[in-house]
Parts: sequence; structure tokens; C-alpha cells
Amino acid sequence: MKKNEIPHDPGALSKITKEVCYAVDDSGKYTTELSEGWEVKATALDVAWNDVEDRIATAKQKVLNNEASPLLFFMELKLMDIPIVAAYTGFWKWQVKRHMKPSVFKKMSDKKLQKYAEIFEMSVDDIKNMKHT
Amino acid sequence: MKLDFQHIQAAHCENGVTTSLLRHNGIDKITEPLAFGIGSGLFYIYIPFMKINNGPAIAFRTQPGLIFKRTCKSLGITIIRKKFSSKEEAQKVLEDCLRAGQPVGCQVGVYYLTYFPKEYRFHFNAHNIIVFGKEDDNYLISDPVMEETTSLSSYELERVRFAKGAFAPKGQLYYPKGNVTVTDEQLKKAIRTGIKRNIRDMLYIPGNIAGIRGIKYTARKIRKWRDKLGTQKAGSYLAQLVRMQEEIGTGGGGFRFIYGAFLQQAYAYHPIDALPEISKKFTQAGDLWRTAAVQAAGIYKGRLGSQEDFNTMSDYLLEIAELEKQAFTDLSKLKWHS
Repeated sequence: MKKNEIPHDPGALSKITKEVCYAVDDSGKYTTELSEGWEVKATALDVAWNDVEDRIATAKQKVLNNEASPLLFFMELKLMDIPIVAAYTGFWKWQVKRHMKPSVFKKMSDKKLQKYAEIFEMSVDDIKNMKHT
Repeated sequence: MKLDFQHIQAAHCENGVTTSLLRHNGIDKITEPLAFGIGSGLFYIYIPFMKINNGPAIAFRTQPGLIFKRTCKSLGITIIRKKFSSKEEAQKVLEDCLRAGQPVGCQVGVYYLTYFPKEYRFHFNAHNIIVFGKEDDNYLISDPVMEETTSLSSYELERVRFAKGAFAPKGQLYYPKGNVTVTDEQLKKAIRTGIKRNIRDMLYIPGNIAGIRGIKYTARKIRKWRDKLGTQKAGSYLAQLVRMQEEIGTGGGGFRFIYGAFLQQAYAYHPIDALPEISKKFTQAGDLWRTAAVQAAGIYKGRLGSQEDFNTMSDYLLEIAELEKQAFTDLSKLKWHS
């Protein structure tokens, strides 16, 4: 990449910082230059976020259809997966999977729900009622 | 308490932390490309059967932590590295270091990293920052990918140091021990070792998922993605490839440009005429990775989508594999004078 080819397309990161790029100058020598971003990678990030939105919407529908507990929805909302939820709550993975079943969820104690509430940064009531901002 | 510490902005976090800490401890000649090259940072791997954020697990650089480790080891520097089970202990050791005048590298997760824009906050636990002081309840932070220094409250720092999931940092902190001097002879030797190790990693790792063979493996996979996954999911997979290649820290072109810069800087220590020539090949490889990214973007934006378009993408990767194979073969044939 030549220095004058470094893209300057503002993206999410350019709100807080420009990033260092390596490129060659006219004499062929490597130098660094600050870039505001590149449209190609900004769209790649958009794709990732669209996928996240899709997963959240699917999870929400599953909860409404009573196929999954609200914990699935909040897990997706917080970009987590079962191993991450298990690691943060201290539950085993198989327990987390069980808690995602509506029938099991209904009988869960507030004490257990509190652990989920902490990592999802919600109150227990909000989780039960699927309330979120 | 604020240590006399110079913040350096780098393309990549681990390069940046390595460079800043080594400079702080007395090695003025270290630069980001030198740290990257001595640490044999250039790599490629496609790990099958593993998913990151529901997409393919691809990396353009070596495993987290290795650049710092290898660079220090090659230069004969002792590393102090500690993990903690107790949060209190983790904070105490950090503050002891600061009181002793030692800035400290910390591995952190970015999901709860408050100063990052929301769009970048995925559950990724191998980010590296330096803590260089504390004012009231705020720790002073040098994040190498940022232009300016920043800060985190003690709660915020604790939360990112104890992020959970893959590569959980477990409060990990690290720094080079003591003030050190490194001679030009040592640097020369370290550069040579770094290049040789990188040749091994790119050309000779058994199996077909790592190094040059890993790039070819990915090329073959991409050809099948459209039929196997459908255009939309295949697009998401390509977007993930591009993010790994161009996201914060690669310096562009999946670290290939940084490696080109490294070979130019290596020439100052090893005046072998072939070095700047081989550097050009890495520049070409980086450029071609970027051309491939533009093609991928055509697909994930929905402008392209035929099997022919996926084949073109796949062919770019095969071309890159050949180019990088040639470049590393040239490196392996270098006649070292010392």
C-alpha cells in the first residue's frame, strides 16, 4: 500500500481515535500514517452487527413462542454464548442450557436469577418480564 | 501517582505494549516492526470446528502473548508474568509495581472496556494495555491503539482484567524485569532468530490449517461456502475474514505491511541486498489481501454473489499463498553474514 492510498473513511472507531497504518512513501520506504478507517471493513463490522440483531430477534421470537426462557434473549442481547454465560455465572454449561428451558426457568429461585441479573446488568424482575432498554 | 512514561501509538496492541515497555526499561532502539518481526508475529491459521462470534476462527498473527515472550527472550530479557485467582491480590500486585516505578502490561477483555466505541465491544479477551499510574480512584491507561492516553476506574479495570470466556485474562499482568541494555549484536541475532522462526511457522507446520497451507485451505473452503452456507451466511463468513485482516491493529493487509517494514528495518542491521527486495513481496501480498477484501465486500454487501464471484475470491487467496510462499522461501535462502 502506498501512503497516498491509505483510506480515510470515518467509521465507528474514528469517533475516539485514528489508527496507525503502515505504507510505503514515494521512495519505497515504509512509514506510518494515521487512518480514519476503511469503508470495506466498516461494512464488515456492520454485517457482524446485523447478524447479532438477527440472533436477538430470533431469540425474542423463541421466548414469545415459549420455546426458550428469557435468558436466551438476554444472552444474545449481550453478545454472549453458553460457555461465556457459564464462565461469568459460575454455573455449568449443562445447567445454563437447562435454565434456557421455559419450564425450568419458571421454577428458578431468585438467588440463581440474581447471578444472571448481574452479568446481564438487569434486575431479576426485568429478566422475568423481558424488559430492556 | 503518575510514572514518567511515554505513550506510543502502535498499529497492534501487543506490539505496542512490547515496544513501550521495552523502551521504558532502556531499549531505545526497539520499534513496533522490530518487536513484531523478532517475535515472529506474522502468521495465518484457519481453525476448523471452532467458531468465533458464530463465524470462522481465522488469525493473521501468532497466538496472543507470544510476541512479547519471544521478543524478550531473544533479547535476553527476563519476563515477570503473573495470573491471579484473587481480585484483591491482582490489584495489590499492580499497585506495588506502580509504586516501584514499573509500568505494567495487562491482558484485558474489550466487552466491558468503557472507552471503546460500542461497535467494537465484542467478547474478545486478548487485548493489551499498559497501566502507568493512578490518580484518586482512576488508573492511567496507555492503550497502544489509541492516539492519547486514557483512564479506567478501579472497578472498570478490575472488570476487564477478570473478563471471562476464551483467553480469559485472569488478571494477568506482565513486564520486563529491570533496566536492560541490548547491544546491536544482540539485536542482529534476535532479528535473524525471529525471521527463521517465522519461516518455520509459515512453511513447515505440519497439517494443512496453518501457514501457507492454511491460506490454501481457506481458499478451498471459500469455493464451497456459497452452496454449503447460502449467500447470506457465506457473506457473514467473508466479513469475519475481512475483520480479522483489517480490524484495529493489523496495520492493514493482515500484518503483511508491518512485516514489510520490519524487513526494511532489519536491513539496517543486516545489510543484505535481498532484504529490501523481499520486503516488496510482502507489500505485494498485503496489497493483494486488500484487493481480496474489496472482492469479499462486494459479496457481503450483496453487489456480487455468483459462484464465479466466490471462485474469484478463492483464486485471490491461492495467489497470495504462492506469493507468500515465494517470499518465505527467499528468506530461507538468505546468506547471513553474521
